Amino acid sequence: MMAGGGVRFLVLILVVAICGAASVFQPISDSHRSAALDVFVPVDGSYKSLEEAYEALKTLEILGIEKKSDLSSATCEYVVKVLGSSSSTLKDAFYALNVNGILKCKIGEAGPKDIVSQLQAGVKDAKLLLDFYYSVRGLVLVKEQFPGTDISLGDAEAIFRSIKALSQSDGRWRYSSNNPESSTFAAGLAYETLAGVISLAPSELDPSLIQTLKKGIVKLFDSIQKFGMHDGTFYFDEKSVDASQGPISTTASVIRGLTSFAASESTGLNLPGDKIVGLAKFFLGVGIPGDAKDFFNQIDALACLEDNKFSVPLILSLPSTVISLTKKEPLKVKVSTVLGSKAPALSVKLTQALSSKSVDSSVINNQELKFDADSATYFLDSFPKNFDVGKYTFVFEILLDDSAHEKVYITEAQTKVPIAATGVISIENAEIAVLDSDIGSVESQKKLDLTKDGAVSLSANHLQKLRLSFQLTTPIGNAFKPHQAFFKLKHESQVEHIYLVKTSGKKAELVLDFLGLVEKLYYLSGKYEIQLTIGDASMENSLLSNIGHIELDLPERPEKAPRPPQQSTEPYSRYGPKAEISHIFRIPEKLPAKQLSLVFLGVIVLPFIGFLIGLTRLGVNIKSFPSSTGSAISALLFHGGIGAVLLLYVLFWLKLDLFTTLKALSLLGVFLLFVGHRTLSQLAAASNKLKSA
Amino acid sequence: MARSSTSKDAQDLFHSLRSAYLATPTNLKIIDLYVCFAVFTALIQVAYMSLVGSFPFNSFLSGVLSCIGTAVLAVCLRIQVNKENKEFKDLAPERAFADFFLCNLVLHLVIINFLG
Repeated sequence: MMAGGGVRFLVLILVVAICGAASVFQPISDSHRSAALDVFVPVDGSYKSLEEAYEALKTLEILGIEKKSDLSSATCEYVVKVLGSSSSTLKDAFYALNVNGILKCKIGEAGPKDIVSQLQAGVKDAKLLLDFYYSVRGLVLVKEQFPGTDISLGDAEAIFRSIKALSQSDGRWRYSSNNPESSTFAAGLAYETLAGVISLAPSELDPSLIQTLKKGIVKLFDSIQKFGMHDGTFYFDEKSVDASQGPISTTASVIRGLTSFAASESTGLNLPGDKIVGLAKFFLGVGIPGDAKDFFNQIDALACLEDNKFSVPLILSLPSTVISLTKKEPLKVKVSTVLGSKAPALSVKLTQALSSKSVDSSVINNQELKFDADSATYFLDSFPKNFDVGKYTFVFEILLDDSAHEKVYITEAQTKVPIAATGVISIENAEIAVLDSDIGSVESQKKLDLTKDGAVSLSANHLQKLRLSFQLTTPIGNAFKPHQAFFKLKHESQVEHIYLVKTSGKKAELVLDFLGLVEKLYYLSGKYEIQLTIGDASMENSLLSNIGHIELDLPERPEKAPRPPQQSTEPYSRYGPKAEISHIFRIPEKLPAKQLSLVFLGVIVLPFIGFLIGLTRLGVNIKSFPSSTGSAISALLFHGGIGAVLLLYVLFWLKLDLFTTLKALSLLGVFLLFVGHRTLSQLAAASNKLKSA
Repeated sequence: MARSSTSKDAQDLFHSLRSAYLATPTNLKIIDLYVCFAVFTALIQVAYMSLVGSFPFNSFLSGVLSCIGTAVLAVCLRIQVNKENKEFKDLAPERAFADFFLCNLVLHLVIINFLG
């Protein structure tokens, strides 16, 4: 499941990376809400676990979607059961309390007391971070839902210290004191837990403890990672590759932790504003996740960013990034919080409009956008006279009004948005002519109206040329180079030829010299239909027009000329499957039959047997094997050494490599040298004695 | 007449060779036997290769050359150990055997490496 989530995330990364440097982030909208209904309503009428139920209900609550009553009652029953039983785990009790906070089930009078005592026991016995988290956060939830219940945390400072003992110097946290691996996800959990301890503590905690925590948060922010190269998104991720939490859940956990910490902490938490905006953009850039857990983490993190004590990010978005110069509609810009709520009073300025053609100079400079209170959008309705069609990058800046706000709002320094301006391109002086090739004089010339199909009829032979020319100008009179300008000749036998019309300045021209093209046209004479295509993203009147036909008179095909390719009747068959390729692999060498090899194995052994028989016939004996113990031992060692070397050779052949063999051989060789020398010198001494005696 | 004399001569030659050979000391006969064994093994390998083709040529070469190599070394040992050889009178036979043993060790290391 995690691997699937990881693969999906990689696909998301690819999609966002392709979108390029400047991109528009949209706040949460109704498409999210309708997707949430698909993702979070369980198929068989009940949620599989309290954790899933909590995630689904919290997401639906944040998005403002009504809960189904039968589902709520079924879930409430389960919640009441869990909270009433004394054998529920801390995790179940925690999620049951969370669900109860959303659904507000009727627990009953005795309920809270049992749970409180269970959670307090959990806090006292807790050793792992997750145990601390479930028990402390559970007690915080009980305090919110059942006001008046007596909750005493015991020695809050000791609990604080024991949680803090699991922290690491790089800002991450460990799950337990035994496990040395640290995790960023655990850091988020730890900050939530510590926030709970601070809020439940009967008296103020030591401020120096809180100060060291703030330093830890700064360290944690050092490990933040950039998502895209230039779009200013940031996220948190785990250090190790096979971590169980992906970037979405890790970043959400950190944001949850920091939000609860900032809420509980009295002196205020300062976090770098651009990173907060980057984190908001990361979650908005995810789009609509298909996974329930990712969806919950995205919406929960955005809800934390929407309403927190450090800084609330504001997002600038555009409903449409296309300006049509013919429709003359204003360009609309919306500024809102991440969940789509209203932003405070501010002004939006378009500082620059950089054209893709000339990146240095800006067409529009420092234009303030007007505000429409009814639709809460900012708009720009007048464009300068020299605003031409094409691709632009608009740079917006948001300036917050100075009046005091309850919350601290933060925006991006500059938001770059890609804008496309479209318009009607005027096509003038379109004409097609047949020219005599050597002189260049015009034989026949026809004017064209490219807005409708024509019935031009021309004829040419292979000594002549065909010339097509027209002029393209933008609405304000500049030259225009279209993205696509194709001229197609189609023979009666369906053979097609496509040529590109080249543009230079305002004029676009194509000259086809039939003398050079005779072979390419496969020597096919006859009637050719002419079709012209002009298209571009900025052109509102892209066209494909059948101009007419031309009778071509080409010479006879010689013997060796290539035939035209077979045109199949199906126009899309070229996109069908191609012929299968049969690969030729190296034919493996022919090996002899197994029985033959085995027979020869037997035959090879025969000379060796013959050798042994011959030895016995010769009367070989080992009488001169030394009898005295010293010499016997060295002789035995010598023979043993020889046997070891032979064994080493067999192992070398079977599996060892040369270097290990050489190493072992050098050791054995030194040993054999000594032992052999001793044995042979003793033998020599013995034979000398015999000779002299 | 001539034929019978040549055949008788051949027989006489054969007998004299045989008797001379029987007089050689036993250790030399052992070495001779070893050489014959090595050469026969090489011949059988060549016969096998001629039957089935020389596909892993390195293995064939390795096998044949190990037999020939050890035969050559044995012949050298025989020359050095033979007491009738005046040149090697001062060389102790144990020293010659040590040389034979060492050279065989190196030969077989190379052979096993080349065997593949």
